Amino acid sequence: MADLSTNLAGIKSPNPFWVASGPPANTGYQAHRAFEAGWGGVVWKTIGDPIVNVASRYSALNSGPTRMIGFNNIELISDRSPETNFREISEVKKRWPHHAVIASLMVDTREQWHEYAKRSADAGADGIELNYGCPHGMCERGMGSAVGQQPAVAEKITGWVMEAATIPVIVKLTPNITDITAAARAAKRAGANAISLINTINSITNVNLDTFVPEPTVSGRSSHGGYCGPAVKPIALNMVQACAADPEVGLPLSGIGGIATWRDAAEFIALGSTSLQVCTAIMHYGFRIVEDMADGLSAYLDSKGMKSVTELIGRSVPTLQKWETLDLHWQRVARIDYDKCIGCNLCYIACEDGAHQCIDLKSPDELNVGLGPGRVPHKPVPKVREEDCVGCNLCSLVCPVDECITMTEIPNGQSPMSWSNYQEKLAKGEMKPIPPHP
Amino acid sequence: MPLQPLLPAAALAANMAEIHPPLRSQEAFVEASRCLYCFDAPCIMACPTGIDIPAFIKKIAFGNPAGAAKTILSANILGASCARVCPTSVLCEGACVLDDRDEQPIQIGRLQRFATDYIEERGLKVLSAPPQQTGRKIAVIGAGPAGLGCAAELARLGHRVTVFEKQKQPGGLNTYGIAYYKMKPEVSLAEVELVKSLGVEVRCGVAVGKDVTVAQLEKEFEAIFIGVGLGAAARLRIPGEDLPEVIDALDYIARIHTDPLDQVPTGRRVAIIGAGNTAIDAVTQSKRLGAESALIVYRRSEADMSAYGFEYELAKTDGAEFLFHAAPVEVVGPKGHVTGLKLVQTRVDANGRVEFVPGTEWVEPVDLVLKAVGQEKQVDLLKKLFPSLAVDARGAIQRDPLTGATNVPHLFTGGDCANGGREVVNAVGEGKKAAHGIHAFLMKETAAPPVQPSRLGAKQGAAGSGLLRPIRAHELEEALKK
Repeated sequence: MADLSTNLAGIKSPNPFWVASGPPANTGYQAHRAFEAGWGGVVWKTIGDPIVNVASRYSALNSGPTRMIGFNNIELISDRSPETNFREISEVKKRWPHHAVIASLMVDTREQWHEYAKRSADAGADGIELNYGCPHGMCERGMGSAVGQQPAVAEKITGWVMEAATIPVIVKLTPNITDITAAARAAKRAGANAISLINTINSITNVNLDTFVPEPTVSGRSSHGGYCGPAVKPIALNMVQACAADPEVGLPLSGIGGIATWRDAAEFIALGSTSLQVCTAIMHYGFRIVEDMADGLSAYLDSKGMKSVTELIGRSVPTLQKWETLDLHWQRVARIDYDKCIGCNLCYIACEDGAHQCIDLKSPDELNVGLGPGRVPHKPVPKVREEDCVGCNLCSLVCPVDECITMTEIPNGQSPMSWSNYQEKLAKGEMKPIPPHP
Repeated sequence: MPLQPLLPAAALAANMAEIHPPLRSQEAFVEASRCLYCFDAPCIMACPTGIDIPAFIKKIAFGNPAGAAKTILSANILGASCARVCPTSVLCEGACVLDDRDEQPIQIGRLQRFATDYIEERGLKVLSAPPQQTGRKIAVIGAGPAGLGCAAELARLGHRVTVFEKQKQPGGLNTYGIAYYKMKPEVSLAEVELVKSLGVEVRCGVAVGKDVTVAQLEKEFEAIFIGVGLGAAARLRIPGEDLPEVIDALDYIARIHTDPLDQVPTGRRVAIIGAGNTAIDAVTQSKRLGAESALIVYRRSEADMSAYGFEYELAKTDGAEFLFHAAPVEVVGPKGHVTGLKLVQTRVDANGRVEFVPGTEWVEPVDLVLKAVGQEKQVDLLKKLFPSLAVDARGAIQRDPLTGATNVPHLFTGGDCANGGREVVNAVGEGKKAAHGIHAFLMKETAAPPVQPSRLGAKQGAAGSGLLRPIRAHELEEALKK
């Protein structure tokens, strides 16, 4: 069994799986349940001046019968008093000394930041996370994403916290910004110990077409919410990698955004995350999901011969490079396995209408192929014209059968040439321009 | 002893309840969401009426059930009854590609029912005749599935159609001849109302040749569609056949549809002669009406039965018994009522013919014999009405299967009287094709063929449907070019 123990900027936990700051991390009771279920850490629901919430706080994006592929909320930070929260943190830490408890904070003035940073350490928290991310409600009061969207402001406030902090400080970044690395660099300049990302994305999930009011509806109105859940994972991965690859950031990362399975977790780690934070998946299924996250990740690491999860951190970061470095000569084409093809022809229509018109529908008699176990003997069969195939992947993505369409490399004997190489060669007159596609 | 009802109404209602209940809204959504939305989908090709099945299923998945019903009814005006009675496992569902992915095929029939029920329950009108009328008049003989399929399509092409039906109720076998647990007569009658809502006139209780002459029809109408179906059950030609407890299976089934269930006389020990789908309908319903035993008698082997596999399974589940390689030689009824059926063992000779095994006769004690050995062709009626009409050796009207055109220019046909006896959906499809044949004939132009959402269409062949000729746009196109 691979070692899953984690150390993010001095915050130690038995595994990298932390409950993210949000409704599942609202109380000591929930923290106990989370640790009992196997979570390695809890980032407390953001503590600040108590707020008042509205009824109707969440809405979701479904995909067919699959619920909550995306999730949206207009809930604010903790509505419980700082005294209650800090007391419960201290109780939880007493019972779970080797698990990580991080106090998420959002306050306004320098004095308040000093005070709350101190109270966090006094309660026994292992670290502090600065919530500069919430895109709803709090930002209207000059907090949350209103801070995170202005790197200079974030840098200044982080500086205030660092003046008083005696435990590691994580800056949580909002994705509602053009360049996430600008915010990450600001955190670095201010002396933060780590960053966590992404917070939620501005969203409207859906409109009720009878009332014309978007969800969640509060007495005939709605408000912009924060979007999360599996659908945001690609956005989160992109930003995590960008920060991990930026030499001017150079901070350890806690990855957040749509993590629901051990695979998601492994991908976040490979792109530079040291710890992982999960909220929506818990809101959907409960704390129990961590069991397979840990089990699956551990089995995966074993299968790759990695003795510790730390060996995976950042493993994929350097494989992501600028487009101009990609090899223009590398060729691949789609190949269809007719033993597996079920004849749905989705590849055909996707290529025909949505891509590059490189698949024909042929009579099976003409091609002399049967369609697997097909009961319909004369249904048309898709056939790739390999000489026209641009290797875009679309057909293999729409194909509903695993390993039926394989993108196959076609060695063409040409040495690699990137766009940059190409431009250099053109400038030196070493080659003629590649003719445009007809 | 004369036959009498055996069970109280409550028990009969339970026994005759629908075997395929409607999908609930959530079920329909989940089922519809499983559909892959194939392009040039095999299910469409397997449907004799060419319904754009993936399109209507997506409409259900996306919350547009009325639109789904419109898609269905545009291709198949009897979509509601076909949803219930089609042998979907050998048609659309049998062609579903999910089967090749080792999954259950989409329940297309039940989804089709969900969509058509949706508009029926809410009284929504999704089809209408075009405002522009051609002024052409067409007579349709027979208000069964073929006639209704033809009439509805002609009405939608802007023609004036009158349907003549000799029975009191329209709908043909759809009203009278479907197993009660598959579909109630109301569904069929509601479909007739749908056809009438397109402007079609349906005159019931009018027998052509008796109440109105063909000459009168030919004077008033420019073309005639013959959709008279098949005739009475074929005779057994054995002694005792005329005893009162020897009944055509279809008449028995019709009685179930016309009388209250607790007033339908039935037997305690029933023998059914024949092993086709009608025989199955008869054996299962006799069991459900309270028979202690019900025995299918078939002169060939289990493998030779023409009943669909799922029908055979249903009969076995209902407790029917099967006697293969046996033939009836006499219905025994010494006091004027059936008391037994004398049978003989059979074997198949070297030429594949059935012969009796001498000395093997025995008597099965039964009190009701149902005949389900096929229906007579209507050759005599057809010859009387249309002396110059060409009829083939089997007694079916010769026609171009793509246009329904017969050897007489203004006569068209489709359904059982032309195909020898097939499914409801075949009859609707043939009626629809004939409507386009008539349209081309009257308008002296190439009729717009029924649109099939297919780029390639399908090649010749059975297309896995067990059917010789599913409707196919490009085939029709080519036929109309000639």
